[in-house]
Amino acid sequence: MSAQLSVKSRLSSTVASLKPSGIRRFFDLAASMEGVISLGVGEPDFVTPWRMREASISSLERGHTAYTSNAGMLELRVEIQKYLEERFSVSYHPESEILVTVGASEAIDIALRAILDTGDEVLVVEPCYVSYEPVIRLAGGVPVFLKTTMENNFKLTPDELEKHVTPRTKAIIFCYPNNPTGGTMTADEWKTLLPIIEKHDLLVISDEIYAELTYGRMHDSIAALPGMKDRTILISGFSKAFAMTGWRLGYVCATPDLLAGMLKIHQYTMLCAPTMAQMAALEALRHGRSDMEQMIESYRQRRNFVVDGFREIGLSCHEPDGAFYAFPSIAATGLSSSEFAEKLLMEEKVAVVPGEVFGESGNGHIRCSYATSLEQLKKALDRMERLLGKLS
Amino acid sequence: MDSKKQRELLHLLEEDSRMSAEQIGKMLALPTEAVEQAIAALEEEKVIVKYPALINWDRVEDHPYVNAMIDVKVTPKRDVGFDEVAERICRFPEVKAVYLMSGASYDLSVVLEGKTMREVSTFVSQKLATLDSVVSTATHFILKRYKHDGIELEDRDEDRRMVVTP
Repeated sequence: MSAQLSVKSRLSSTVASLKPSGIRRFFDLAASMEGVISLGVGEPDFVTPWRMREASISSLERGHTAYTSNAGMLELRVEIQKYLEERFSVSYHPESEILVTVGASEAIDIALRAILDTGDEVLVVEPCYVSYEPVIRLAGGVPVFLKTTMENNFKLTPDELEKHVTPRTKAIIFCYPNNPTGGTMTADEWKTLLPIIEKHDLLVISDEIYAELTYGRMHDSIAALPGMKDRTILISGFSKAFAMTGWRLGYVCATPDLLAGMLKIHQYTMLCAPTMAQMAALEALRHGRSDMEQMIESYRQRRNFVVDGFREIGLSCHEPDGAFYAFPSIAATGLSSSEFAEKLLMEEKVAVVPGEVFGESGNGHIRCSYATSLEQLKKALDRMERLLGKLS
Repeated sequence: MDSKKQRELLHLLEEDSRMSAEQIGKMLALPTEAVEQAIAALEEEKVIVKYPALINWDRVEDHPYVNAMIDVKVTPKRDVGFDEVAERICRFPEVKAVYLMSGASYDLSVVLEGKTMREVSTFVSQKLATLDSVVSTATHFILKRYKHDGIELEDRDEDRRMVVTP
């Protein structure tokens, strides 16, 4: 017999110990069933507007198929700078403070890898996107979870922050407007956190991928507050606002020293983001505003409809001010969110994502994406009502 | 109701005229009665003119029909300009649409519907071309409708997303 390492030990201990994504099992179940109405999709239901697709196709026809500079096309970075300044009053230099990435996902990865030493703690505001914890672990860090609750509209409070800071705390990561809760933070609410962030000299990783998707009020970036630009790594991208998920295009903004660190990782691992996607993104920023506004109007209408609907069938649901998710509580049924989601799928063929996939404080909730047609939303509400009837 | 909400309401009805006032109310965060009143007012003002269905007649069997677009050159009349002849043309039930055009070598664009090409050409030669102000006509038959009123008739857009994603 050849001397072969066992399968387990061929993987690094870090990778071997990562839990597979909780969403995976659910996906397999739902994908194997016929006639499922899915409120489980974390992406827009719009196809990328033709304007962007056409711009990309045309760039291919003209032969733009080579690498771009590591940081991304300067033209695109200039547009990103103008866009961020105009929309969110944050100002980053296109040549030294903006890096175009392969989706916001890559940006999260390189931001964490650039700043973490083994054993450094990162505060993670829960419920949150499924990748934060594993990516922190892959970078050698230790995640420490901060809870938010429906009673607080899923906002981070100063108490919760202060309580978890230790001498090893290096950074805090969060996503507002939030996936999965739809929660948002206002400038005044950010301000209550700043003294603690400054006192403990924390870096802030602000995932603002849903920044455009707010209803009623513009998004407030924490980076726009006095003194915060220097300690904030701002991450965003084109997936949600411009319905460009499959293009995998995002960006990260930070002060030159931090950005240079991230650029090192990016240039060795990714070289540059795909050129044809950068071309589409350029078009999105230059001429895509009205397409985006139409999509936002439609999300807002569906949000109003679905939140009303949940309340009518007896689920308590906070008013989600951003993203395209509602996060109603199913605690009254006495089931865990996984149990409820599984019953809903098996008995009524409606797929939602159980809240605990997004961290412990998501338990008791289900994430329902309203980025789907009104017809489907109506049917899903009817089916949920039927299940709730059976459970009561 | 502010004008932005009113526009939203009109867009919703344009997309689906059968949507109930209750549902529109929920989507726009307005009471049902407010939506009903707004719709009544818009009907009164003839902003909302009619609630037709968009039918793809190509898919209906035993429904022979042809559409044609006719370029019509006319002599405008003192005081009434093009309106008089345009309104006259509108009265024929075969006429589906009439537009006054700019930048063309003709003045009115007329959309006609008939059962056969012969029926359409007979209408053009006997009814349209013989009107006093009409100087000339050119008939273009429509071979296939791909998109009408902003809607693609053979919709190939399907949901290509995976069932569950983070």
